[in-house]
Amino acid sequence: MSASRPETGNEKVPARKERLVARFLRSRRAIFGSLFLLTIALAAVFAEAISPANPEVIDMSHRLSPPAGGGASGKFLLGGDQLGRDMLSRIIYGARISLTVGVTAVLLSGTLGVLLGLLAGYYRGRTDETIMRLADIQLAIPTILLAIALVGVLGPSLRNLILVLGVTGWVIYARTIRGVVLSLREQQFVEAARALGSGDGRTLFRYIMPNVWTPAIVVASQQMGFMIIMESALSFLGLGVPPPTPTWGGMIADGRGYLATAWHVTTFPGVVLMATVLAVNFFGDGLRDVLDPRLRL
Amino acid sequence: MTRYIARRLALSLFVLFGVTVVVFGLIHLAPGDPARLMLYDTAPEEEVQAMRKALGLDQPLRLQYWLFLSGALRGDLGRSLYYKQPALRIILEHLPATVELTFAALFVSLLVAVPMGILSAVRRDSVWDYAGMLLATIGQAAPVFWLGLMLILLFSVQWMLLPSSGRGGIVNLILPSVTLGAPLMALVTRLVRSGMLDILGEDYIRTARAKGLAEQLVIYRHALRNMLIPLVTVVGLQLGALLGGAVITETIFAWPGVGRLVVTAITARDYPLVQAATLLVSVYFVAINLLLDVLYVYIDPRIRFA
Repeated sequence: MSASRPETGNEKVPARKERLVARFLRSRRAIFGSLFLLTIALAAVFAEAISPANPEVIDMSHRLSPPAGGGASGKFLLGGDQLGRDMLSRIIYGARISLTVGVTAVLLSGTLGVLLGLLAGYYRGRTDETIMRLADIQLAIPTILLAIALVGVLGPSLRNLILVLGVTGWVIYARTIRGVVLSLREQQFVEAARALGSGDGRTLFRYIMPNVWTPAIVVASQQMGFMIIMESALSFLGLGVPPPTPTWGGMIADGRGYLATAWHVTTFPGVVLMATVLAVNFFGDGLRDVLDPRLRL
Repeated sequence: MTRYIARRLALSLFVLFGVTVVVFGLIHLAPGDPARLMLYDTAPEEEVQAMRKALGLDQPLRLQYWLFLSGALRGDLGRSLYYKQPALRIILEHLPATVELTFAALFVSLLVAVPMGILSAVRRDSVWDYAGMLLATIGQAAPVFWLGLMLILLFSVQWMLLPSSGRGGIVNLILPSVTLGAPLMALVTRLVRSGMLDILGEDYIRTARAKGLAEQLVIYRHALRNMLIPLVTVVGLQLGALLGGAVITETIFAWPGVGRLVVTAITARDYPLVQAATLLVSVYFVAINLLLDVLYVYIDPRIRFA
C-alpha cells in the first residue's frame, strides 16, 4: 500500500472521490443494487409516460385477469387486480410512495438522530443521560406497534406516515453518532479549536459535525430498506396512504383474498418490493464497505 | 453482581415509567377531541360529552395521567370500548398465543441459523456457504407479511400440507413461526458465520488444535462458546422486531394473539385497548430483556467477577 511512501504532495494521486467510486464499482452487488434502484427511481419519476394503463381506472372485464399469455384477456402484462386495474401500472406508480416515504422518513429521522447524537456525545453528563434514556424508552415499544398506534390516532395519510416513521427512527442514528462524537471530542484538533477560542456551538458544528457525515450516511443507507418495509407493512394493514393510490403493501393486501384463484395479485408487488429492498441493502453495504468498513455488524 | 442486576432493574422500571407517559400521551395526539375520535365523526354532542366523562377526559391532564398510572399499578388498564370488559383481562387472554408464537419463532430461527452459520464458516466458499448466504440475504429483504402469504400460497393453497390460519396443534404453529422467525434467522446466520470466521483464526483455537483435539470439539467447545455473548446481545436487540413482526404475522395467519388484537382494536377505534396492549407488550419486552441481562452474568465471566 501507499502507507510507506513519503507524501510530498506532488505525486499524481487520484482524488479521494475517484478512489472511492472505483472501490465501490468493484462490488458486483453494489453495481446491481445501484442499477436496480436507478431503474425503480426512473420508473417512479416517469410513471405517467411509461405506464401502459391508468393505475386507477376500474375495468371489471379484466377482473383478476391472469398475466399475459394466460387466459383470454392477456391484455395486461402482469395481469389485472380484483377491480380489473393493470397490475404493472399500479406497481410502477406504487414505487412513488415507497421511494418518497423511504427517502423522506430517512432524512427526517436522520436529521433528528444526528442532532441528538451530537448533543449527547458533546455535552455528555445530564444531556447525554436524558437523550439516551429517551432512546431506551423508545426502544421498549416495538417500532411497528408504536407506528400502528400513532398512525391509528393521527389518521392514515402520506404526511402522517412520513412523520410517524421519521420520528420513530431516530434512535439508531443518535446512538451511532454519540459514540463517534465521544471519541472525537478527545482528539487534538478539537482541543486545538477550543484552545483557539472556539465556543461550544462552533466546535460542535464547524469541527465535529463534518466528521460524523460518513457514519450518518452509512446508517441512513442501511435504514432505507427498513423504512420501505415499514411503509409497505403499514399500507398492508390499511394504515398507509389511503386507496385508490397504489402502494405495494396495499396491493399485496388486495390479493390476500384471492390467493387460490389469482396468485399474481399478491406475488408481483411483493417480488418488486423485495428486489427493491435487496437493491437498497446491496447499495448500502457497498457504500459502507467503501466509506467505513468498521461499521459492519 | 448484585449491584449490576439492581442497576438493570432500576433502569427497567424507569423505562416502563417512560412507556406509561408515551402510551398515556398517545390519544392526546389526536387532532381534535379524543372522545370524538373513539366515536364516529357525526356523533351527537351529548354522546361525545358522555364519552369524555366516562374516560375521565374532562379532568385536568395531570390528574388524568395520575389516574392512569395509579390504575395501571393496581392492574386496572381501563375498559375496552368494543368488548365492554376490562382491557387487562382481554389482553391476558390473548397473551399466551403471542408468547407461544414468539418463542416458537425464536426457537425455529436459532435451530436453523446456528448450524447453518457454523457450516458456512467451517466450509467457507462451499455450496453450503453460498446456499446459506443466499437464504440469509433473501430472509433479510423479504417483508414478513409477503413471505407469510407466499408460504400460505405454496403450503396451504397449492400443496395443501399445512393449515393457513388459527391456533391449535404444532401444525398450526409451523407456518407462522417460520414466517416470523425468517428475518432473525437471516441475521443470526450472518452473525454466526462472520463470528466463527473471526474466532477460528484466534490463537486459542490454534492451541486447541495443536494439542490434538478433534475438530468437532474445537468448534463446539472452544469456538461456539465464544459466539454466545454476541448471539445473546443480538437476540436481545432483535426481540422488539420479533414482537413487532408478531403483530403482522398474527394478522396474516389469524393467530389469536395480542398483535392481531391491536390491529383490530385500531380499526374499531378501541383506543383504551390499544393503549393497554402497547403497555403490556412493552412490559413483556422489557422483562425478557432484563432476563437476558441476568443471563449475561452466567455466560460472561467478566461481568460476574467485575
